[in-house]
Amino acid sequence: MAKYLAKRIFYLILTLFIVITVTFFLMKLLPGTPLTNQAKLSKSQIALIYEQYGLNKPVWQQYLLYLAGAVRGNFGTSFQFSDQPVSYLLSSRIGPSLQIGLQAMIFGVILGILVGSFGAMRQNTWVDTTATVVSILGISIPSFVLAVLLQYYLGLKLGWFPIAEWGGFIYTVLPTLALGATPLAESARFVRTEMVDVLSSDYIELAKAKGLSRTGVIYHHALRNSLIPLITIVGPLAVNIMTGSMVVENIFSIPGIGEQFVKSVLTNDYPTIMGLTIIYSFMLCVVLLFTDILYGIVDPRIRLTGKAN
Amino acid sequence: MENEKNILEVRNLQVNFKTYAGDVKAIRNVSFDLRKGETLAIVGESGSGKSVTTRTIMGLNARNADITSGSILYKDQDLLKKSDKDMESIRGQDIAEIFQDPMTSLDPTMKIGKQIAEPLMVHKGMKKEKALAQALEMMKLVGITDAENRINDYPHQFSGGMRQRIVIAIALINYPEILIADEPTTALDVTIQAQILNLMKELQDKISTSIIFITHDLGVVAGMADRVAVMYAGKIVEYGTVDEIFYNPKHPYTWGLLSSMPTLDSSGDELPSIPGTPPDLLDPPKGDAFAARNAYALKVDTEQEPPFFKVSDTHYAATWLLHPEAPKVTPPAQIVARQKKYAEMQKDLVAQQRPAVPVEEEEEQQ
Repeated sequence: MAKYLAKRIFYLILTLFIVITVTFFLMKLLPGTPLTNQAKLSKSQIALIYEQYGLNKPVWQQYLLYLAGAVRGNFGTSFQFSDQPVSYLLSSRIGPSLQIGLQAMIFGVILGILVGSFGAMRQNTWVDTTATVVSILGISIPSFVLAVLLQYYLGLKLGWFPIAEWGGFIYTVLPTLALGATPLAESARFVRTEMVDVLSSDYIELAKAKGLSRTGVIYHHALRNSLIPLITIVGPLAVNIMTGSMVVENIFSIPGIGEQFVKSVLTNDYPTIMGLTIIYSFMLCVVLLFTDILYGIVDPRIRLTGKAN
Repeated sequence: MENEKNILEVRNLQVNFKTYAGDVKAIRNVSFDLRKGETLAIVGESGSGKSVTTRTIMGLNARNADITSGSILYKDQDLLKKSDKDMESIRGQDIAEIFQDPMTSLDPTMKIGKQIAEPLMVHKGMKKEKALAQALEMMKLVGITDAENRINDYPHQFSGGMRQRIVIAIALINYPEILIADEPTTALDVTIQAQILNLMKELQDKISTSIIFITHDLGVVAGMADRVAVMYAGKIVEYGTVDEIFYNPKHPYTWGLLSSMPTLDSSGDELPSIPGTPPDLLDPPKGDAFAARNAYALKVDTEQEPPFFKVSDTHYAATWLLHPEAPKVTPPAQIVARQKKYAEMQKDLVAQQRPAVPVEEEEEQQ
């Protein structure tokens, strides 16, 4: 296991290196400059600013300098917020994003498992149909549309939740619902399909022949086996939540990194873009590593350690 | 109960499956007894209703199954009238089942020790440690080597034969009164088949259970069963002791089955087979369902269903050929050879018994 983890961490670093390289050069291809009022500045002023931020050097030199800094943990200072180090800027904003992302994931997947299981257990009844409709809606409605609808009905009309801003759990409810809809729908669909399969398998028949009750069969045998394919989509779902959060955080004016990402791309804030890209790639790599380990825990057939057979 | 020796009495069982096309009459009036400690083999080709019969006994039929009539008496109680909850407490405790394919009948994500211990925990309310200790004993009993180290292994770490031993251990852990074995060796290769069958016989003696042995392999039946029931198109067409069915079969379908089984005496290039396919049970034919495939069919076969005719006290067959007015037919050569052998065996048997058995009793027996 330790050897496997070491290998995976090496790959993680390699991935991050590739991501940094590709993003850095692509970013330089973005139209525009980091300057807000370029027209009002003289050529010499622009040159001075460029020199101050090291933008006058050739791109490959800038790249090497950035890399050298990044290895030492220095990700530069933001252009937008003068003299704020990127690491400080992002660490102060990652909290709300992580909270909403995790809440959406946990809420979506757990409810999805329940909806999917009930659908499968009551196959071809109104419960099943409702579950299917819910998952189709969840998959087809984009999170930003849902966000606005939630704001209007639950926030404005009913007044149950604050419409926007940040400050305490109650503020996280609507963004969590908006972001959690896709994971809910996707996992409900996956679990339902898989459980229908599992429930008709021989080992479920054997479990019934043992005299287990209906719930005993589901809880002890069907559930775990139905959840294996769900792990496969946890990675893509995490990506979905990350990209969704960029828009949703904007809609709810949440001071998170998603909102910051959009701003920094629009203003060509190069160090912040780089910092955010690294954070997102890192989180994704960790999620994928986590799902691979989870696989082994849930399914003994692909467990990494254990006695040689 | 009519007979104290019977542990299970199935009477006039009829099971239909509701489909969009109509009702499929899977079981059409089946009756049989299972005696204490015996092995009853139910043979027949695919789709003859063997598995539906056992599923009905277990109460595990598909949701579209409709039991239209009949009774299944176990310990003076009709299993068909029991609630789901009551059936749960009977399954795995009084009646257990071994399934056909050991590769798929074990939960891939549960340690085998726990799978074997589960019936103990469910029915006897046993604590996990105690149940696992008993599961370990059972693993040793079914011949899993190095059981102590393997109790925490998962099914994929075992071979097919070993997995079937585990399935047997699961079925027998509560010492059930009745064990239903639904083609337990079909998915195994021949050498392993023999091992598993020997194991089952051995364990039957040890824990004195009665076995309903479902198979389409007559070769397996000969070594395993005490009595045989032959099923065709949802009905039992002939039943008797193993010797009676193998050496003195009366139903043309049994003749066909036996002729299509190669024996050491088989000669010629071609193995006989029964022509045609079983009838569509959505709309079963009038009269004898086997008539269309039967070279010995009489006119009456297509008009009226044959009742059971008594061949001996233990041997019955449902064919018009046994009617006193039916024309005499000669069964296939192989069957005639079998009958001859049987006649000799009987003679030998009688000859052997003669010195030991008083005359009056012998008469009584006949």
